[in-house]
Amino acid sequence: MDTKNIMIVGVGGQGSLLASKLLGRLLLDQGYDVKVSEVHGMSQRGGSVVTYVRFGDKVYSPIIDQGEADFIVSFELLEAARYTAFLKPGGRIITNTQQINPMPVITGAAAYPQDLVDQMNKAGVLVDAMDALALAEEAGSPKAVNLVLMGRLSRYFDLPEEAWQQAITASVPEKFLELNRKAFHLGRNS
Amino acid sequence: MKTLMLGNEAVARGLYEAGCAVVSSYPGTPSTEITEAVAKFPEVYAEWAPNEKVAMETAFGACLAGKRSFCGMKHVGLNVAADPLFTIAYTGVNAGMIIAVADDAGMHSSQNEQDSRHYARSAKLPMLEPADSAEALAFTKAAYELSERFDTPVLLKMCTRVSHSQSVVETGERVEPPARPYEKNPAKYIMMPGYAKLRHPVVEQRTQALADWAEDCPFNRVEAGADHSMGILTSSTSYQYVKEVVGDKYPVLKLGMVWPLPSKLIRDFAAGVDKLVVVEELDGFLETWCRELGLEVEGKASFSLIDELSQNKVAAKLGTAPEAGKTLETDIPNRPPVMCAGCPHRGLFYTLNKMKLTVLGDIGCYTLGAVAPLSAIDSTICMGASVSGIHGFLKASGGQMDGKTVAVIGDSTFMHSGITGLVNIAYNESNATVIILDNSITGMTGHQQNPTTGFNLKGDPCTKIDLESLCKAVGIRRVRVVDPYDLSQCEAVIKEELAAPEASVVISRRPCALLKYVKHKAPLTVDAGKCVGCKACMKIGCPAISVTDGKAGVDATLCVGCGVCQQLCKFDALQTGEEV
Repeated sequence: MDTKNIMIVGVGGQGSLLASKLLGRLLLDQGYDVKVSEVHGMSQRGGSVVTYVRFGDKVYSPIIDQGEADFIVSFELLEAARYTAFLKPGGRIITNTQQINPMPVITGAAAYPQDLVDQMNKAGVLVDAMDALALAEEAGSPKAVNLVLMGRLSRYFDLPEEAWQQAITASVPEKFLELNRKAFHLGRNS
Repeated sequence: MKTLMLGNEAVARGLYEAGCAVVSSYPGTPSTEITEAVAKFPEVYAEWAPNEKVAMETAFGACLAGKRSFCGMKHVGLNVAADPLFTIAYTGVNAGMIIAVADDAGMHSSQNEQDSRHYARSAKLPMLEPADSAEALAFTKAAYELSERFDTPVLLKMCTRVSHSQSVVETGERVEPPARPYEKNPAKYIMMPGYAKLRHPVVEQRTQALADWAEDCPFNRVEAGADHSMGILTSSTSYQYVKEVVGDKYPVLKLGMVWPLPSKLIRDFAAGVDKLVVVEELDGFLETWCRELGLEVEGKASFSLIDELSQNKVAAKLGTAPEAGKTLETDIPNRPPVMCAGCPHRGLFYTLNKMKLTVLGDIGCYTLGAVAPLSAIDSTICMGASVSGIHGFLKASGGQMDGKTVAVIGDSTFMHSGITGLVNIAYNESNATVIILDNSITGMTGHQQNPTTGFNLKGDPCTKIDLESLCKAVGIRRVRVVDPYDLSQCEAVIKEELAAPEASVVISRRPCALLKYVKHKAPLTVDAGKCVGCKACMKIGCPAISVTDGKAGVDATLCVGCGVCQQLCKFDALQTGEEV
């Protein structure tokens, strides 16, 4: 199988490391070669962060370049729009519609672009947009946005929910397990 | 068992399996997780040293005593440790010793983009360079064999994409190599001129022996390719990009040992292809060697000296890069890193900016004090440079800048290399004001303990170095402590210390807002009736505050109730939140 590419993008501190840990575990369990590339250090401080997940028979590069992503999972709307150039033809963005203002917007030096989902649709970008924050809160915590989005991503994979739930069990601490399982289920089935 | 591991975790696993007994490091992105991960093994003694020089000398002492040892650092940390590095190259080791250095091409979290391979050549030490986590584990174990066989410390060169990428590894069992007895040997271990002169030829012979060994060592390999119109010489993460692009099309010489280099292997490889291409990140290190061998080679003319490589950058020269996806016509605002909501540095930098001071900065989260709207820093060079720099700045200014200039440095950075600068201020008497931003942790690299926190790497309580006593002991008579959440106190104390006719230290003390033990207050709320939209609260650059349609708003998911913004509001519009 050719290498498949999933980018997870968002704002530093939003919990993308758990999402990539879950995916890594799931894909390794399916027998794939897997590479996951993370960002640590300075850029974690509220900056734009990107995690790359790649899987296939044999994966070489740990990163994903422009024109390569099968999926971009975005925790924040502006970040989804930032990385559209990384999609391959037929690639899809799954994004939370939550908006978090970056510092240039907060200080008034720039404006947060309006109607980004419409703009992406108009540009021919395949977008699956959802209010993941609301579903996360329904599951019990706004911090569960990551699992809601993983649930939505799982719709595009030919794997039973049970395989995902097993990977969640293996990746999440016991006391947050119920919350995360519920958030995933809501993301997958809402 | 097959498992996914970060390159750094794989190095730690390799240390464990190889029977490493002593680890001493200083944190630095992207190297930090090696030492954090190895500290979880009870069989390994692991510590955070105050700086990389101390770490390397500690690790050397441990190998001298007969146990396998390790120190890890980022590229710029190796500059700090360069002094012992060049001389332990002469003494060699007793038990094996590994020095890991992690480069940061692309400067994800660094102040420069130096290529640490040059250190291997100039210090005359072998350097291994893994390309993924499986190699990181295997090379680490093999490095101890190499170290003991050739009587040399071994450099293990990592980079951001190897350190911070997870890939599949298979773990093994730990071996416990017997301790090598320590024997007094002045001619080997006392590097005064008479003995060092005798050791230098040994070093040159060792480099030659290693170069001979490199010709068919297990770290270097030729991968066959059908099309001999081109052959590619590469290593590390560049190898991954090359294979991604060319697959099995062209022959590839993949180097796992990048110093010393195998001349015959490279010559033979070049002879079998029409054109030799070197793909490497940052400097043309391998390319230079090829040219010294008299080979015609294509390298940095095609692949930049600047930034990290990627598969598309390699494809642009050796294949076909995919077409980029569609982009929007709208401008997408940048999202640079910012100080967190509740960050104790914010109030302090707001004050420095307000007082219009010249600020010599240092390395840490607080470098973000340079960014608008705080815009409070004038220079950032390296660890400790703020404290040493202000002394020179004031000496050169002949009193003109006294009272208008401060140095800022974090608690961990001060312990790393600020102390000696402060000694110089006291000894050579400049009227400097040094502000120690004591957030009770090493923040930037992800919360490592340091000598001022009272806890060690394993999380156990330990001796806590008292900053006030330390500053007084080196000869600073004026030492004050302020709470950076209290803006008027900060300003008053800094004013007093700047006016004082002698050197002073102000300790701005408040733990990092991200520390788990820090109790936060309820988020603030905005009284829209009182808010006039003056944007005074925006001057601190807090990510939790915004003004829309003429009214301030506080993001309750981010605000930790620090109250700094309240002190800027003349209309009492920012209200203390109700505790739930």
